Amino acid sequence: MKTLNCPLNGRRNITEFVYGGEYHMRPDANNASSTEWAEYVFFDRNPAGEVIEWWFHSPSAYWFLAKRNTVTDEVLATFAFDELAQHVEGDHHV
Amino acid sequence: MPFGLLKYGLLKRYPAQHHFTPECELKSHYDVVIVGAGGHGAAIAYYLAKEHGITNVAVLDKGYLGGGNTARNTAVIRSNYLTEEGVNFYKASVDLYEGLSNELGYNILYENRGQLTLAHSDAAVRSMRWRAEVNQHLGVKSELVDPQTIKELVPLLNVESNTRFPILAGLWHADGGTARHDAVVWGYMKGACERGVELHQLTEVTGFDIQHNKVNKVHTSRGAISCGCVVQAVAGMSSVVAKMAGLKLPIHAFPLQAMVTQPYKPLMTPHVSSPHVHVYIHQTSRGEFVIGGGSDPYALYNTRATLEMKETLASSITELFPFLAQAKMLRQWAGITDMTPDYSPIMGKCEIENYYLDAGWGTWGFKATPISGKTMAELVATKKTPSLIKPFALQRFYDFQQVNEAGATAASH
Repeated sequence: MKTLNCPLNGRRNITEFVYGGEYHMRPDANNASSTEWAEYVFFDRNPAGEVIEWWFHSPSAYWFLAKRNTVTDEVLATFAFDELAQHVEGDHHV
Repeated sequence: MPFGLLKYGLLKRYPAQHHFTPECELKSHYDVVIVGAGGHGAAIAYYLAKEHGITNVAVLDKGYLGGGNTARNTAVIRSNYLTEEGVNFYKASVDLYEGLSNELGYNILYENRGQLTLAHSDAAVRSMRWRAEVNQHLGVKSELVDPQTIKELVPLLNVESNTRFPILAGLWHADGGTARHDAVVWGYMKGACERGVELHQLTEVTGFDIQHNKVNKVHTSRGAISCGCVVQAVAGMSSVVAKMAGLKLPIHAFPLQAMVTQPYKPLMTPHVSSPHVHVYIHQTSRGEFVIGGGSDPYALYNTRATLEMKETLASSITELFPFLAQAKMLRQWAGITDMTPDYSPIMGKCEIENYYLDAGWGTWGFKATPISGKTMAELVATKKTPSLIKPFALQRFYDFQQVNEAGATAASH
């Protein structure tokens, strides 16, 4: 992976980006148990396959999401957080 | 061929000595199924057979013996960690390594080299003072040393003050060492097989039958087998195998790239690491300099090389050892590191009654091979968690009781 297509700035060199880890749906702040918080903070699906993850474009301080295959290192899509629903299938919310 | 040699080939007095189980069919039942024939899996099998008399054991691997991360680590042995739990655990491992060639009757080429970690900032010096105090208190040889002593320990190291990150001090760990990583897994597996354990290579686990919180069957690419219990020891694939058992782990898999130079005459005895410039190095007994660094910047299940990481390693190592600018890179490789949030392993029981975890080995798996084999075997045999590994239970993440070793890695990841 040499470049990444930033939804805000277009295709840029990979050195401009910082990896932000897997996307996890945040538990309900008022009702979540400590088990749910522990899983949200520490646990990962860590699949050998497709995953939705956070990336940060450092020069423009912009966080966005990417769908990537962690075996082939292929980026399947990059998109703004608002478009998450269109890209999630099945069990991506962990 | 000289006739004198023929008699050795033909007489029954000189039988071929197999190290490992000759290829055979899987039995229908094993008391213990160990998933993963790396150093840890082999060591668990060895101690189960030798110390607990449990020999109806199968060690399964989708590839071959020691062909995963056991072959890919950089063979550093040390115990200069930061927490009491960590230091006690790794110290027990270093102690076992020292006597391991004799224990196994197999030369693992263990060498006590010493390990030097460099500080390039006041913060790093403070943390080394802390580590030295904790280590000494627990009987591990660690001390803070000044640049003059560093120069004497490693004459080739550039300790001049006109560098980008001048060296302020170092943590000298006289107990540090190295060993031949392949020999460690071969020696353990040979000892296990001699006592009746079966090694099955090219046998991939494809699933588990779990009922009422118990595993009773392991599905493999060569058919299903029933089992008394399962131990998973698959560094680099921990999340993938655990998922087959319905378990989720606090692990994120990153590649870690390393490389070796052409061989040189013996020039350097200790390991040297610099967490600040993300690099560590030692000279192998055949003369090559092994150079490793931090994990890749993002998660991946792929051991491909990247030019960026090789450039980072080369630029960092030539700052410390300018003569290496002349060196040719002989080969490079990567392993997959199962990083946990607190840089400590995940060992012991989980919600499935007879399924044991030996996972989360990040960049600290090789040095822990003997002690994790010994303690995991004790756990499997007695069903009681040995006190040495109690702090590393999966449950610690739910109890917010992490064992933070992030400050004690040889290169930050």
